[in-house]
Amino acid sequence: MPLISCSNLKMGYEGKIVISDLTFDINSGDYLCIVGENGSGKTTLMKGLLGLISPISGKIEYLEGLKQRYIGYLPQQTSIQKDFPCSVLEVVLSGTLNKKFLPIYSKEQKNLALENMEKVNILDLKKKSFQELSGGQKQRVLLARALCATGKLLILDEPITGLDPIASQDLYDLIGKLNKQGITIVMVSHDITTSVKHASHILHMSGDSYFYGTTHQYMHSEIGEKFMLRDCPCDKCSHSNKGDRL
Amino acid sequence: MIEMLSYNFMIRALIVGTLVSLCAALLGVILVLKRYSMIGDGLSHVGFGALAIAAAANIAPLYVAIPVVLLAAFCLLRLSENSKINGDAAIAVISSTAVATGVIVASVTGLNTDLNSYLFGSVLATSNGDAVMCVVLSIVVILLFLLFYNKIFAVTFDESFSKACGTRPSVYNIIIAVLTALTIVIGMRIMGTLLISALIIFPSLTAMRLCKSFKSVMITAGILSVICFLLGLTASYYLDIPTGPTVVVSNCIMLVIFWLVSKIKACR
Ligand SMILES: Nc1ncnc2c1ncn2[C@@H]1O[C@H](COP(=O)(O)OP(=O)(O)OP(=O)(O)O)[C@@H](O)[C@H]1O
Ligand SMILES: [Mg+2]
Repeated sequence: MPLISCSNLKMGYEGKIVISDLTFDINSGDYLCIVGENGSGKTTLMKGLLGLISPISGKIEYLEGLKQRYIGYLPQQTSIQKDFPCSVLEVVLSGTLNKKFLPIYSKEQKNLALENMEKVNILDLKKKSFQELSGGQKQRVLLARALCATGKLLILDEPITGLDPIASQDLYDLIGKLNKQGITIVMVSHDITTSVKHASHILHMSGDSYFYGTTHQYMHSEIGEKFMLRDCPCDKCSHSNKGDRL
Repeated sequence: MIEMLSYNFMIRALIVGTLVSLCAALLGVILVLKRYSMIGDGLSHVGFGALAIAAAANIAPLYVAIPVVLLAAFCLLRLSENSKINGDAAIAVISSTAVATGVIVASVTGLNTDLNSYLFGSVLATSNGDAVMCVVLSIVVILLFLLFYNKIFAVTFDESFSKACGTRPSVYNIIIAVLTALTIVIGMRIMGTLLISALIIFPSLTAMRLCKSFKSVMITAGILSVICFLLGLTASYYLDIPTGPTVVVSNCIMLVIFWLVSKIKACR
């Protein structure tokens, strides 16, 4: 039984259909990368998976027990107010609320928050005002919050936006490690080369067609070859394009 | 100070006012951050209409005002959540209609002297029974607020993230609306319906000048609000001027002081 299964999904906004007839399953332990052109509906699909907007038709089914208590989410864009006074620690702690909810944060929740802040290297920003951080620092804080909320599934919408090369590499390593620990990853990314290196499955979305399959299948599909600019990194591959590219 | 407290009505005003100031400051931070300041203002106008009708029908004002303002809070919240309707305009329509109705009812039944005390508040307005009810309600508001503090922060900070993580923001928005309605009803007799929203907005704005974390804003706003109320009440007693306006002016002076300090800090 898959963790999430989408069947004949159709989604959109007021009269405008963005996704139509999309069917795929996410299995427990998968590392799914979603790629595709700007405006092809990747973020829309993420919001659908999270229940933030409901599908026009079709179904999104969750495995029994997944519930929202086990999902961490890093949004592409947030609606956070510019002048909201809050410290980094307060933001990260709010990610632990889906686990347990008491008037005061428990020791466990505080430790979880500190652990995840350490993972994304922001422990020194703990007491800083969230609004006075740089774009990349804010992204890391929201990432730590998402990690706190994660139990079984982590959904990331373009997580490396704004991160410096070292931080992005660290992030990929971290996500890979979490995936090895059994956490299912769904990540939207424009960094196709790195995505195919790490992901187990790829969902490619483009205006009217979809490709869903394992990374190996994707790299040798027509759509995949085109999107990777005929730069197949696979060395086992028998029909590699490396030879006839020039 | 001792002399001031030799009057029962002053003691009542002191207790009720302190508690209301605290409630208003806590909720105010949320309302200001959610861009709901106008809801507080709208609700107080609805409260005025309810008071006038209660007086005309000779019913204890709180019993009419509480359900009416609660109902209005739900409606206004719905309106502001719905992006298709212009929330600001809807609030203006509802509040001016309520005030107009109140004034007409009051003038038909000949309550013109009371009108003044409804609009600008009066320390004499709270009876013993009212005071007990106010104290109970404010304690309920403060306890509920503390109980849900973390969730209220999460929902106010990033509604879609909390929704994605399984919190239902609408539940907390309703809690906030109920608490706001109660605070306004309790506070409007002392502060006046025209001025009660100042009690909600000023302390949080003042605290946000200098405080950078959510918790420190909350605590500072609560303390400032109580201090300003006590200063205002004392000043109004000794200078023989109305309480509500004096409290508002002391809040305003505090805001200016905090604003200046923040500017000076920024220049250094
Ligand atoms: N809130 C909205 N209301 C109406 N239309 C929207 C809304 N959000 C997105 N759209 C439209 O839906 C389409 C898909 O948007 P979406 O944000 O899902 O794209 P995306 O694949 O995430 O793009 P990107 O790579 O730029 O992040 C776009 O054409 C966009 O114009
Ligand atoms: Mg997107």
